[in-house]
Amino acid sequence: MSGGVDSAVAAARAVEAGHDVTGVHLALSKNPQTYRTGARGCCTIEDSRDARRAADVIGIPFYIWDMAERFHEDVVEDFYAEYAAGRTPNPCLRCNEKIKFAAVLDRAMALGFDAVVTGHYARKGDDGLLRRAVDPGKDQSYVLGVLTPAQLAGSMFPLGDTPKDQVRVEAETRGLAVAKKPDSHDICFIADGDTSGFLKNKLGTKEGEIVDAASGEVLGSHDGSHQFTIGQRHGLGLKVPAADGKPRYVLSITPVDNRVEVGPREALRVDRIRTGAPVWLADERTGPFEAEVQLRAHGEVYPATVTPEDGGLTAQLHKPAFGVAAGQALVVYDPDAAQGDAVLASGTIDAAHGLTAAGAESGEAARA
Amino acid sequence: MAYLDHAATTPMLPQALDAYVRTARALGNASSLHGSGRTARRTVEEARERIAEALGAKPGEVIFTGSGTEADNLAVKGIHWSRRTPERNRVVTTAIEHHAVADAVAWLGDHERADVSELPVDKLGRVDTAALAELLAEHGPRITVLTCMWANNEVGTLQPIAEIAEIAAAHGIPVHTDAIQAVGHVPVDFAASGAAGLALSGHKLGGPTGTGALILRRDVKAVPLLHGGGQEREIRSGTLDVPGIAALAEAVGHAVRTQEVESQRLALLRDDLVARIRAAVPEAVYNGDPESRLPGNAHFSFPGCEGDALLMLLDAAGVECATGSACSAGIAQPSHVLLAMGTDADDARSSLRFTLGWPTTKADVDALVAALPEAVRRAKTAGLS
Repeated sequence: MSGGVDSAVAAARAVEAGHDVTGVHLALSKNPQTYRTGARGCCTIEDSRDARRAADVIGIPFYIWDMAERFHEDVVEDFYAEYAAGRTPNPCLRCNEKIKFAAVLDRAMALGFDAVVTGHYARKGDDGLLRRAVDPGKDQSYVLGVLTPAQLAGSMFPLGDTPKDQVRVEAETRGLAVAKKPDSHDICFIADGDTSGFLKNKLGTKEGEIVDAASGEVLGSHDGSHQFTIGQRHGLGLKVPAADGKPRYVLSITPVDNRVEVGPREALRVDRIRTGAPVWLADERTGPFEAEVQLRAHGEVYPATVTPEDGGLTAQLHKPAFGVAAGQALVVYDPDAAQGDAVLASGTIDAAHGLTAAGAESGEAARA
Repeated sequence: MAYLDHAATTPMLPQALDAYVRTARALGNASSLHGSGRTARRTVEEARERIAEALGAKPGEVIFTGSGTEADNLAVKGIHWSRRTPERNRVVTTAIEHHAVADAVAWLGDHERADVSELPVDKLGRVDTAALAELLAEHGPRITVLTCMWANNEVGTLQPIAEIAEIAAAHGIPVHTDAIQAVGHVPVDFAASGAAGLALSGHKLGGPTGTGALILRRDVKAVPLLHGGGQEREIRSGTLDVPGIAALAEAVGHAVRTQEVESQRLALLRDDLVARIRAAVPEAVYNGDPESRLPGNAHFSFPGCEGDALLMLLDAAGVECATGSACSAGIAQPSHVLLAMGTDADDARSSLRFTLGWPTTKADVDALVAALPEAVRRAKTAGLS
């Protein structure tokens, strides 16, 4: 129970369904006081108090579980390491994979509980598959797509069948004070929302060049390649406009020589994506199959031919994507308008390739 | 439900609750000069006399406060401030104090630039008096105040307060003792102890929460924390809580009067609890001094289990106990008391405190012993995450 409206309603629904429910708030920082106070994070003392009050109203026992060390090792350190390697991690996804549905689930099972209930917007079909929520704007199946079948079996998502605005109404009806609490959007462990500053603070600053990918011309400088992400357009600080007057985007990041390459949007075009070892939520496939893939949270969906090969997945997109960042997850869906698209598999994006107009492969858009 | 957390708080004694309600119905500010005021003042002064008599103090030495924490802060900071000079700016504490003392001393160090010395304890949690003698030989003239608890709130170990006060007296150093866990549970005689200050709290002995007292020798000056109407020898301003004070006196009087019989009853129950836990969970480690400890305290480490997990499982089984001192965000930290006793960090996190009080019966112990083995089995599976 984060202290937000979703987990509060999820807990209430689980109680109503007849389960013996215990509320747990995760302490993710050893010094909660240092976390954000104004904006909504997931780990402030205020949030812990809100979660406790929701548990009181629902009528369930409430405890705080200290996961600060695990969270730091598995999520925060991973966040640093990924950026340092020129990749763009998704810490919420990592937290689901390593904390909520791993450390927390394992501990709960050992202590005699049967499942972890969360306020995520996703559905579990009768077939045991993970499916998109009915509310397309809130669907969180992407950040849950990294779960293994065993992790999924131990989880419950009571909100998947309800639009968010109705969840708020329900919270109000249930007398939960968090009904009107704003949604959290930012990364919970970055107190002021300044990701670039957070990374600089840990990884340091180092002067490097921003280079035109096509001409090799040095266009400007930066103070650390780790603060950029593929497809980024703003915050490059370039004084010289492009020849055609069009905006320039980050095309590649090379941490080894602290080099950032920029170019036109067209150069971000990606047609083929490779992932690392996949996790199969549905039965494992061996040959190529047609599916839809999603490349970032709340991102667009691309029809693709997906081929399991060489220990990873290759997705050949049927329409181009732009600005695909390594480190994000590729989640493979089986479209199903009636029951909700089902997650078949996921993998972490290692590399993305574009096709030139002539049909020959261009250089990597995201470095390996 | 079996409540085994009486060191956290214990229910009000019926006679204390009666005294509270009776007094709360009456009108009067104890500082007012008219009839109602005098009646209220009389209640306060009679309470002061009863508490003084019960604890071997003079009525004029009793200063009512709003909590035990306040009494500790008033003594430690107040005596330090009144005695400090450019040459004398050192506070002596122990490694096992409750936060009410430990954090007050730390604040004096961080914020007031006081020098701080911390006395070590042995593996049973007893303050090392040889180390104290050495410390005083070296720093004696530069020490403002020495503070040492009478009985430890976590592991229950009793401290040699009289011996410590005697060593300190030779150097003219006033000793404050946090006796919040001790009063009403073990014999406490303020005058005989040689202490300069002694803190007690109402809700640990059957009185109301929000009441406490500092017993402070008349020849010891303390700079006040609160300034205002000049109540309580101008050391503690604030309108006196007449019903709270009346109930506190009732509780102290009863607890001290029945202490000998009640402590024997509790020690027997406690020893039964300890023996049965050892039989049920042979690997359990009994912490603290096995002999010289609070009669209602049993403190164990359960190797391989997290105290948090055990507490939750026992709670679900209807048995309420504590892991140690709770912290503001509810995050369990390894107990500083166990760490000071030389316990390793994992064992320190695997501990539970069971404390018995006046309503405790054999049925409570039975409930614990029945629930514990399954809780330990599950917590061990969950491990130290």
